[in-house]
Amino acid sequence: MAKVVFKVGDDVSTDIIYPGRFMATVLPTETPQYAFVDYPEFNAKIKKNEFPKGSIIVAGKNFGCGSSREQAASCLKGPDFVVVARNFSRIFMQNAINLGLKMVICPTIEANEGDELEITAEQVVNQTSGKSFPLIPMPKARQAIIDAGGLIPFTRKLLLEAKGKG
Amino acid sequence: MGMTMVEKILAGASGQSAVKAGDVVEPKVDLAMSHENGALVINQFNEIYKDTGLEAKVWDPSRIAIIFDHRVPAESSKTAGNQKKIRDFVARQGITKFHDIRGDGGGICHQILPEFGYVRPGKVVVGTDSHTTSHGALGAFSFGIGATEMAAVWALGKVLNVEVPGTIKVVCEGKFKRHVAPKDLILHLVGKLSAEGANFKVIEFHGPAIESMSTSGRLVICNMTVEAGATSGIVPPDSETLRYLKEEAGVTEVPGLFGPDADAVYDQVITINVSKLQPQIACPHTVDNVKPIKAVLGVRINQIVIGSCTNGRLDDLAIAAKILKGRKVAKGTRMLIFPASTRIYLQALKKGYVATFMEAGAVVMNSGCGPCLGVHQGALADGDVALATTNRNFKGRMGNPNAEVYLCSPAVAAASAITGVITDPRKKGE
Repeated sequence: MAKVVFKVGDDVSTDIIYPGRFMATVLPTETPQYAFVDYPEFNAKIKKNEFPKGSIIVAGKNFGCGSSREQAASCLKGPDFVVVARNFSRIFMQNAINLGLKMVICPTIEANEGDELEITAEQVVNQTSGKSFPLIPMPKARQAIIDAGGLIPFTRKLLLEAKGKG
Repeated sequence: MGMTMVEKILAGASGQSAVKAGDVVEPKVDLAMSHENGALVINQFNEIYKDTGLEAKVWDPSRIAIIFDHRVPAESSKTAGNQKKIRDFVARQGITKFHDIRGDGGGICHQILPEFGYVRPGKVVVGTDSHTTSHGALGAFSFGIGATEMAAVWALGKVLNVEVPGTIKVVCEGKFKRHVAPKDLILHLVGKLSAEGANFKVIEFHGPAIESMSTSGRLVICNMTVEAGATSGIVPPDSETLRYLKEEAGVTEVPGLFGPDADAVYDQVITINVSKLQPQIACPHTVDNVKPIKAVLGVRINQIVIGSCTNGRLDDLAIAAKILKGRKVAKGTRMLIFPASTRIYLQALKKGYVATFMEAGAVVMNSGCGPCLGVHQGALADGDVALATTNRNFKGRMGNPNAEVYLCSPAVAAASAITGVITDPRKKGE
């Protein structure tokens, strides 16, 4: 079980998650300082490491739309957030899978900041409101990458297997 | 069962006779493009090879393109450092399609790729930029990916686990009226579909209004398909594609062309009559908040921007120059113009457009992406309102979350520069 620490609406773009003006910063170890930087209160708490790992961001539909910038996923992976959204934009979703950021697609989710959510394989249970919401599994095509912990270990494994065969 | 354009391309690229939407394939990549975010790709690429005992060599240096465009010339020592790191990598790996900061052969990646003939019909193109959708204009399947995904492409030469996208067919009937442009068509379509209406799908364009459209216009509509969430836009290649490749991109060999099958299966078919279109405006703060111009006439504008990978091409500058000739940019309004490539800049110079712009009071900047995404020049003040021919108006997009951005065609931008308020170019008597 984990707490909802931040709630946003529909169509939250990568310009909101990680504004373009910080794009020269690329290292995943450095990007979290600019996560949601235009929401100073939330950003300040991220910088102070106030959130336990697995804390939840709840979003509406089309989370992560816009730019392909990977910083938008790496800045949320750093503090190990879980993003529960009604759905995700394609490139953001792939970046998140590739970096091992946890996402939950939950088309009907209703939750507020402070609510406690329990996430199972089939549903999200809002322990605070007592309601549960079914979730949609991640695209099956990407399951092997998720299982490997991200695209870097997955690709490394492929290269080493090819070398073994060679 | 027939195949769509993208199904055909993905079948070919993954060595299968047929694929359909929902299948999972691993297509070979014909061209892999990055810009300054290549610095992050390099990090991730090296990370893949760490402790493997394998040599970190890219799969094919002739198929990688790197174009500096986001922050040119470098605005900070940090960017300069990233660019230097990429230069070193390019030299070490023998990457040939490299466009450094130069007055000859520089520009925005989504103009450089077609301009230099790097994109061919029927090929698979990936880029670490969401507007990589642009290159569907030449009949390629071209889509944006993240930096880690690109690192895997550099290592393997293919994209892993691609789900074949479904396709939305958009049929464009009719003929554009004076001062109504491809930009108005794509803004209208994004408004109709919504910002997520084409998520995980491809938009395939058909109809007489597409057949008679220049490659420059097709680049505009494919560029902004991502604003409806699309994986890509695509135009079946035709005689115009061949003309562009030969005359403008200097490609000597003639590529084989194919379109979708007549019995291809589409998720949705949308018909738009462009004869009925008015100039369209995307209002703050989402690209799908689209209104016909009459709904926003008279909105005061502090900064007009013409340029970007969307609308910084020669025909865009030509229409702006025609409207601005002998006129002045309104007092209290700034106008920035940045051509999409240095080649276009030089052509605009020779045609006298640059002189027209400067005499009108506009600032003509070097080719690059900077102002569009607020990373390099042209930032807005709190409360500022911008009107731009760029592609996004998200909160904070032009460098300030307390400013507003409206999106429009070059004709609307130029007409509005003269008055300082959103103005219908059809009423200017041009």
